[in-house]
Amino acid sequence: MEFMDTLMLSRIQFAANISFHILFPTITIALGWVLVFFKWRYVRTSDTVWMDAYFFWVKIFALSFAMGVVSGITMSFQFGTNWPGFMESVGNIAGPLLAYEILTAFFMEAAFLGIMLFGFSRLPGWAHTGATILVAVGTTLSTFWILVLNSWMHTPQGFEMRDGVAYATDWFAIIFNPSMPYRLVHVLLASGLTVAFLIAGLSALRWLLGERSAEVRKTLRLGVIMGATIIPLQIYAGDMHGLNTLEYQPAKVAAMEGNWDTQGNVPLLLFALPDEGARENRFEVGIPSGASLILTHRPDGVVPGLNDFVAEDGTPLHPPVTAVFWSFRVMVGTGMAMLLMSWTALFLMRRGRGVEGLPRPVVWAFVPMAFSGWLATLAGWYTTEIGRQPWLVTGVLSTDAAVGDVAPALVATTLVAYLAIYAVLLLAYISVLVYLAARKAKGGLKTAVAGRPASGAVQSMPAE
Amino acid sequence: MMALFDDPEIWLPVAFAALMGLSILIYVVLDGYDLGVGILTPLADEAEKDRMVASIGPFWDANETWLVMAVGLLLVAFPAAHGAILTALYLPVAIMLIGLILRGTAFEFRAKVALPKKKAWNIAFFTGSLMTSMAQGYMLGFYVMGLVHSPAAHGFAILSAIFLTVGYSFIGACWLILKTEGALQRKAVGWAKGGIWGVVLGVGAISLATPLVSPRIWERWFSIPEFFLLAPLPLMSAALIIGLWVVLRRLPTDQDSFAWLPFAGASVLFVLAFTGLAYSFYPYVVPEQLTIYDAASAPESLMIILIGALVVIPIIVGYSALAYYVFRGKARDLRYD
Repeated sequence: MEFMDTLMLSRIQFAANISFHILFPTITIALGWVLVFFKWRYVRTSDTVWMDAYFFWVKIFALSFAMGVVSGITMSFQFGTNWPGFMESVGNIAGPLLAYEILTAFFMEAAFLGIMLFGFSRLPGWAHTGATILVAVGTTLSTFWILVLNSWMHTPQGFEMRDGVAYATDWFAIIFNPSMPYRLVHVLLASGLTVAFLIAGLSALRWLLGERSAEVRKTLRLGVIMGATIIPLQIYAGDMHGLNTLEYQPAKVAAMEGNWDTQGNVPLLLFALPDEGARENRFEVGIPSGASLILTHRPDGVVPGLNDFVAEDGTPLHPPVTAVFWSFRVMVGTGMAMLLMSWTALFLMRRGRGVEGLPRPVVWAFVPMAFSGWLATLAGWYTTEIGRQPWLVTGVLSTDAAVGDVAPALVATTLVAYLAIYAVLLLAYISVLVYLAARKAKGGLKTAVAGRPASGAVQSMPAE
Repeated sequence: MMALFDDPEIWLPVAFAALMGLSILIYVVLDGYDLGVGILTPLADEAEKDRMVASIGPFWDANETWLVMAVGLLLVAFPAAHGAILTALYLPVAIMLIGLILRGTAFEFRAKVALPKKKAWNIAFFTGSLMTSMAQGYMLGFYVMGLVHSPAAHGFAILSAIFLTVGYSFIGACWLILKTEGALQRKAVGWAKGGIWGVVLGVGAISLATPLVSPRIWERWFSIPEFFLLAPLPLMSAALIIGLWVVLRRLPTDQDSFAWLPFAGASVLFVLAFTGLAYSFYPYVVPEQLTIYDAASAPESLMIILIGALVVIPIIVGYSALAYYVFRGKARDLRYD
């Protein structure tokens, strides 16, 4: 029983670390490319407004990057401290993938980050633009490698087992495993959405605080257009990813749909309280045949049920249902809110006079949406990662077989310490974002009052 | 020698042990100086703190990547040892990680918040740097004592934690001598003069403890002819320390010549100390328990990584050099624009 405690505590600890970590890469992946876009527009138009936007967002990039780096280092150690069985069993595959992430991505981002952040005045423009591009390439490459590994854990292939250890037989099959293309696209688009709503949200806040600079108009508009463009792509990519999961991880889809028996005409549940004890749902509200339609494109299409994934002795071999069921709904619901918000705003902007055409309540609504990307990203990760349970590597390594033999008290102590520091940092991060936006809004106001265009020249301010 | 390369199960683990050793060494020198600068911040006034942070600003992230590289190589090349070492070092690893989190984020936060909060983040920056170096020193000491829980081992580990912290402050002060000028540079010379005694004690204590803990290591150092072949190592270290002391007494010079010497000397000193340790423990990756051959991954997987590493490492060295070149000379205030 004590061992179970270590397992559960280690799972919570890893979940806490990876949840905290993912918040920041999901910002830096797309924000890196947005900075490249700002720099490119500046080079093309010589309009310093673009550099104003660059210098505001590069601060948020730098802060997010640092948060991502330090929480990422934590995870690389936790493989060993908490999950030694993972590398002992599948290290021959996970190892090279992680090594390639470090070699091709981490060093490049880290070396050029310094040049990108502090090199503007020391280097010719093209060199600084080059550094900005290389940092963006680095974050995207890093996403690629880590998602190859993560996807392989969901849909492993290209290996053989000898004495409980996986040996690679086909690296092409390992890298291009069945779920990798879908997962990679889904995550990259998620990063785009996160950044779109972060930019729109912080720009909306600055707008509400009275800033009317050319810069804030441009970034608010950019956030709305980015969100409105990416969200339909994401809905389509998510649907494709779901079909891929149906093929390779049917138990996960059964949990997402809250479907107990394999059958046709499965409803799309809008609300339900899955009861794993009774193996049924309570308070079901659903659209008849909806799930069958989405997953098979036919109303009477057969959808796998959870009861197919139970061992003979009654042990469930499917993931915990409630967590997967509800995470999935939070993700989809957030996506729908993004669709509604961005398209409404786009429509109003097209009909009216650009950003001026947005009614105040709509601008207001964008402020809490600033972190909607985080909510959707976390919910999506919980759906897919909890949905992989009880496996760490599907069909190869179960989660309980990988956990280390550490005293529960030790895991609990460090868990509390991590949680405390993460709470403080998260609070500090959000308040710094708000503080930077508010200060920028006030600065913009002041120069406007003084009769100078708020974005007249590249403002000079010490590194912050 | 050629026969060695016939069997990849023999030479691949050696190659990876060498790569891992190199990563740890580079990490200790590079993050050593920036952790050291963090540890020294309470001794400086507010403006000096900004300048000290500016001297490491463009570099710290890349420096820490070598730690990820080292633990990554341990993870991918020696999976069995990775689990054994990191579960044995569970608590110090957690303390180090929290320290790294604190200092890495404080670095950014202190420059972005309003003034009153900046003081708090300065404290976090110092505390994080101190926690990291103490935890690393503790791990080093505990590793040297064989990763076995005993009062002596923990006692020695605590001693080692203090020595490594002083060692990092020393190389940090040497970095500041190179990268700063005026009053701060004079202060840094003073810090380096104090720190060098900690280095002497630290290197001495670890050199004495290692052979005493293990008869095998004793054999490796104190049999003939090894004793004479290895004699240059401690002799060079001693000469270097004396040389450093002489140089530090004359710095800073009027033309700021030789400001690079202490940092170069400190780096070589770290290299020598590390070489001695590596010689003592080879071929063990978990002291006296697991050799690099027992712990290594499958040769096919190692080969894939080695090819990548050999292609990419020269490129990494290239753009790291570029970063140091771009930010050469005395540190100026960090600006985004």
